[in-house]
Amino acid sequence: MTDALRDDSGEADMPALHLQARAEAAFLPDEPRGVIQCENVDVYYGNFRAVTDVNLKFGLHEITALIGPSGCGKSTLLRSLNRMNDLIDGARVEGQVLFRGEDMYGKKVDPIEVRRRIGMVFQKPNPFPKSIYDNIAYGPRVTGMRVESMDDLVEEALTKAALWGEVKDKLKQSAFGLSGGQQQRLCIARTIAVKPDVILMDEPCSALDPIATVKIEDLMHELRQEYTIVIVTHNMQQAARVADRTAFFTALADEGTGDRTGILVEYGKTTQIFEHPVDQRTEDYISGRFG
Amino acid sequence: MRTIGSAITGSIRGEHPIAGGGNGERRPAALIFLVLLWLSLLVAIGVLITLIVTIIVEGQGQFSWRLFTEYPASSPDRAGARPAILGSAWVIATTAVMTIPLGIAAAVHLEEFADKKNWFNRFVELNVQNLAAVPSIVYGLLALAFLSMLGVRDKNIVIGGALALSLLILPVIIIATREALRSVPSEIRQGSLALGATQWQTVWRQVLPSAVPGIATGSILALSRALGEAAPLLVLGALVFVSFDPNGILSGYTTLPIQIFNWTGRPQEGFHQLAAATSVLLLVLLVVMNGLAIFIRNKFQKRW
Repeated sequence: MTDALRDDSGEADMPALHLQARAEAAFLPDEPRGVIQCENVDVYYGNFRAVTDVNLKFGLHEITALIGPSGCGKSTLLRSLNRMNDLIDGARVEGQVLFRGEDMYGKKVDPIEVRRRIGMVFQKPNPFPKSIYDNIAYGPRVTGMRVESMDDLVEEALTKAALWGEVKDKLKQSAFGLSGGQQQRLCIARTIAVKPDVILMDEPCSALDPIATVKIEDLMHELRQEYTIVIVTHNMQQAARVADRTAFFTALADEGTGDRTGILVEYGKTTQIFEHPVDQRTEDYISGRFG
Repeated sequence: MRTIGSAITGSIRGEHPIAGGGNGERRPAALIFLVLLWLSLLVAIGVLITLIVTIIVEGQGQFSWRLFTEYPASSPDRAGARPAILGSAWVIATTAVMTIPLGIAAAVHLEEFADKKNWFNRFVELNVQNLAAVPSIVYGLLALAFLSMLGVRDKNIVIGGALALSLLILPVIIIATREALRSVPSEIRQGSLALGATQWQTVWRQVLPSAVPGIATGSILALSRALGEAAPLLVLGALVFVSFDPNGILSGYTTLPIQIFNWTGRPQEGFHQLAAATSVLLLVLLVVMNGLAIFIRNKFQKRW
């Protein structure tokens, strides 16, 4: 492991990719096999259009990173991918978000079912004020999953989240006793426990120290074998390290009203985005000239 | 204090000693204000201590187990507050059973489910706030009218008193519960919903359990307010000479504040002492309840 080299301090040859990611990138199909597909998606908060006209495919068993400056709507878009935006007053989505070809915002679709299939990990670790065991068991219990042995399921989820070894002797203890990084992995384990297809991560490492960050990034590489991951990150090195594909967003000010809205500038393989960006704005952003 | 020497040599700001450098706290205006604050505090505490000491001194002659075991009598030396203690217990327990579930349910609806932009919900919300400030005797009159409407002739029954007190503390419990629900971080709700839990499951399994300490504290404080109330019960005709134990929600009753009120009105000095002793008992009860509330709050306080 080259953990020590992979901290957040910023490498000198910043856009250069990690060797592992580079090797994986070679096997990446040119077109993603879309699990979630955005077609002309606009996201509104009341009359304010936070995101405008996004067309994007999130590939099966791929890690897609959404990057861009603050206020570019990347988190908003992420939250509209599992209908978490429904919870905000006045939020609405226009255009289509397809999950396996089915309109996620269709009339017959239950948002509860959408969220069960498309899990979410938040910026700040948010374990429930319960034991570690109950944190994991909560999802399967409330969604009425048929579970033969809850103990096995808990162990499996914690193992997949690379947390089992650290917590196996204190499953009945409060989750609040864990460190921030452990709490975040617990939240990932909790999400895995309901067996979703897609895991959305909203800046999952921004509240963590570099060592905990590396653990989560390694974990994402593991999880990629089974899950499709979409991650919003402020940290370009992180996107370069973990993502197969990267979508760059920016905020565009309306000339008439001055309202800013998020637009998708460029989307492609992470190698291409970081090494040969097509759009000038992408290049400016990843080379640190703005944002 | 800054010495002259340091004042001269310390001409550069960074060299001023911190001690005595700025005396914003010692300016006359600040001092006067501070003294005034202390005086206000002294007056408040002084009055409270005087009150407590007075009733303890006055009541000490009558403070014996007789207070707990005997029924009111025509002679102060044989009288006790047993029916009042039991009556208070009955009324408060009935009030708690009637009010707490209702108050929590109303608060959960308003806080978690109601559309806050809907005019009706906003109207209800505003009214709950205002109802908490309505004088207690108004609730007594309301309960009286309600019982009359139902054709209840004898309104001095436990359930009638509990009804009046429930109306009195329902808004308080609703407000306290809403505060407790609001203090549960939205991350917990989002985490639950993101796992595919329904809103109902989220409220029932995450939000409510997290809010229990706050709800318990608020409810106990509300009940202790009800325990000290006399006015609404007087309107319902609770001022009677009760020489039996209340034994159900339809039983006649008296309560501690009413018993105190009753004895204070008697001409004999002995009854006044008895009233003072009963007041001490009521005070102890209230202190215990408030202490319990503080204990629950501290013990189960969640640090997110």
